[in-house]
Amino acid sequence: MGAVMGTFSSLQTKQRRPSKDKIEDELEMTMVCHRPEGLEQLEAQTNFTKRELQVLYRGFKNECPSGVVNEDTFKQIYAQFFPHGALPCLEGSPCVEFLPPSPPLPFCLVDASTYAHYLFNAFDTTQTGSVKFEDFVTALSILLRGTVHEKLRWTFNLYDINKDGYINKEEMMDIVKAIYDMMGKYTYPVLKEDTPRQHVDVFFQKMDKNKDGIVTLDEFLESCQEDDNIMRSLQLFQNVM
Amino acid sequence: MAAGLATWLPFARAAAVGWLPLAQQPLPPAPGVKASRGDEVLVVNVSGRRFETWKNTLDRYPDTLLGSSEKEFFYDADSGEYFFDRDPDMFRHVLNFYRTGRLHCPRQECIQAFDEELAFYGLVPELVGDCCLEEYRDRKKENAERLAEDEEAEQTGDGPALPAGSSLRQRLWRAFENPHTSTAALVFYYVTGFFIAVSVIANVVETIPCRGSARRSSREQPCGERFPQAFFCMDTACVLIFTGEYLLRLFAAPSRCRFLRSVMSLIDVVAILPYYIGLLVPKNDDVSGAFVTLRVFRVFRIFKFSRHSQGLRILGYTLKSCASELGFLLFSLTMAIIIFATVMFYAEKGTNKTNFTSIPAAFWYTIVTMTTLGYGDMVPSTIAGKIFGSICSLSGVLVIALPVPVIVSNFSRIYHQNQRADKRRAQQKVRLARIRLAKSGTTNAFLQYKQNGGLEDSGSGEEQALCVRNRSAFEQQHHHLLHCLEKTTCHEFTDELTFSEALGAVSLGGRTSRSTSVSSQPTRPGSLLSSCCPRRAKRRAIRLANSTASVSRGSMQELDMLAGLHRSPAPQSRSSLNAKPHDSLDLNCDSRDFVAAIISIPTPPANTPDESQPSSPGGGGRASSTLRNSSLGTPCLFPETVKISSL
Repeated sequence: MGAVMGTFSSLQTKQRRPSKDKIEDELEMTMVCHRPEGLEQLEAQTNFTKRELQVLYRGFKNECPSGVVNEDTFKQIYAQFFPHGALPCLEGSPCVEFLPPSPPLPFCLVDASTYAHYLFNAFDTTQTGSVKFEDFVTALSILLRGTVHEKLRWTFNLYDINKDGYINKEEMMDIVKAIYDMMGKYTYPVLKEDTPRQHVDVFFQKMDKNKDGIVTLDEFLESCQEDDNIMRSLQLFQNVM
Repeated sequence: MAAGLATWLPFARAAAVGWLPLAQQPLPPAPGVKASRGDEVLVVNVSGRRFETWKNTLDRYPDTLLGSSEKEFFYDADSGEYFFDRDPDMFRHVLNFYRTGRLHCPRQECIQAFDEELAFYGLVPELVGDCCLEEYRDRKKENAERLAEDEEAEQTGDGPALPAGSSLRQRLWRAFENPHTSTAALVFYYVTGFFIAVSVIANVVETIPCRGSARRSSREQPCGERFPQAFFCMDTACVLIFTGEYLLRLFAAPSRCRFLRSVMSLIDVVAILPYYIGLLVPKNDDVSGAFVTLRVFRVFRIFKFSRHSQGLRILGYTLKSCASELGFLLFSLTMAIIIFATVMFYAEKGTNKTNFTSIPAAFWYTIVTMTTLGYGDMVPSTIAGKIFGSICSLSGVLVIALPVPVIVSNFSRIYHQNQRADKRRAQQKVRLARIRLAKSGTTNAFLQYKQNGGLEDSGSGEEQALCVRNRSAFEQQHHHLLHCLEKTTCHEFTDELTFSEALGAVSLGGRTSRSTSVSSQPTRPGSLLSSCCPRRAKRRAIRLANSTASVSRGSMQELDMLAGLHRSPAPQSRSSLNAKPHDSLDLNCDSRDFVAAIISIPTPPANTPDESQPSSPGGGGRASSTLRNSSLGTPCLFPETVKISSL
């Protein structure tokens, strides 16, 4: 009888060992810390004042004590901004506070993770798989305090998923679909199947000057600068800080 | 994570630039946000300890006290900080919650204090982080259990008496549940207990073989068959009593469905049913076999004793709460039995004339061996059998020993809880008395103050100045308030002694040295007083010293009692108190209504009565020399009933 019990218990411990290793690995990873460059350097490189950088860093460090954001965290952060954010709430995270008080949607209806993925790639300029504070602040600097040119260039970079310098219809389709996914199912008017496609067609009509099916940076810049709406909207997020 | 939502908002808004080229309609203008000064450091002063933090940190949780504009109420403009008069040690944890997003529970603090702090700062207890959540819940549950016991102890037992208008049903139910409340209930309790015992003993004795005196002793009969009439009569009597009791309980139960489903009622039913079935079933041989088995159920009557014994109830409760451990024990034992029985059977199969005829037959051997009984009626003879037999016996010891400590610790916890509850109940009365004594101190202060002529406007300057100065502003205002009340109601506050003197001059012997002229009014309540509290009043009168400081212990107790509230620990019979609650206060006033007021500062433990009947008869027509207050010299007749709701 005791022998039987003994064998049972040993079997179980064998199963548990791999997960224990995994936990140790995770612990090691979080111990890795990244420290940003000095404050003066960052101030010189970006368009933020020292105070603003301080506030930004304090918030960043509080949320990510290790100094880096990986993609999953990034996705989770971004998802929380949209109603009934797509990713399931983690145990113990008080994210329910920030969800509007309405019946909870099933999780697959709103998906901000695709767009967050593209965003992450746009932020992670060095393609390391993690966003450091410098990357974060650099991108924010461009988006909030940069020139029109810089902003548009950044946006082009965002749309260009494979970073080859051109936007083709498939990439645009992905982006537009990702944006529509963030809206979720409950929209007014009801989202139809081919709405993204129509949207992409309109976009390409406007942007693609030589109608060769791809949009280059110059075409993009030129078309955007012609459009008054876009120009005006670019000033919207100027003083977000 | 959510704490950082505010932190990440700029990033999210910046990322919206990516939508711009795709926008087919113009985007809405940005909200005009006041230019914030970046970040500022707030100073929060909690009982002298200064905590400093960024304003952003506190703004993370806008639905709490510190995160919302509610903290402005605590802002001290002179020092430029937010002052809270709370525990600084606990505040540390609250502030850390803002900083880290996790609320930790301090291990050395009382869980109730922690809860109160959380409630003050607007944090819900669900925010306690995972690391501390389990412990927090356990401690809170333990506390809640203890408090529930307290409340229960108050309600049951010597709890408040039934309202006067309670129906027969309620009274009956109460008598059943708490036999100590009335003598009739107690008698009933013991009678049923006696009959349970009689019934059980009769069942037992029935089966003893009786030796017939003059008969041939070739065949011994059990007593039950020798004296069938006697036993039948006894059985009938017992069953009648049990049936009557059951029906009465059913009638009195506040919720009949719940009563029918309760364990005790089921036991009752099972105890009396065999008898009735026996009556109905005709006496033919086929059925009487089954009927005989039914009689076994009569032994269940012994479980009725659990109403009479608390220990039995504890045992039952323990077993119920350890159901999972017991289940585990049973399961593992069954597994072991089957395994070993199989092994033993096949080991002994070869031997001829073996006892191990089948696996189920080997079950018996396994059980006997595992529980180390070892009857020896079945013994293995092969070597393999013996080896496995010894393994069986060793493992039996182990398996049975494993869940036992859990059950034991459970039992011990429940038992101690019960003991604690009993002790607390016993101490409760003493505690209440002491609290009331403390409260009565304040009453006495007022009375003392009155006696010293403080209420008089004119008085010898120095004398008055002295005693006036000795009082704090609070006391002054409090006394003024009481004085206002006195004036309003034309009644006066007085102490127990003068009051009792006024009421029942004759029967209360042992007067003190106070020279108060006794009221000459023939009052009915005098008889009440004499019947209710002669001993107590006498005791008090004798104990009174000249020092007026503690002149009357628990004057409120007296007043309470007279008001018909039965909270005094005096050992009178409650029925007498019940009898005359209201008409006793005819006093001098002809007013039948109570004049209620608070004459004590509410002290923390909420068990104490806050109302009492201050209507003193002294105001009317008693020329008492103790009260120099002449404004009420003339009897203030009470043309209309004066009723003041308690403040």
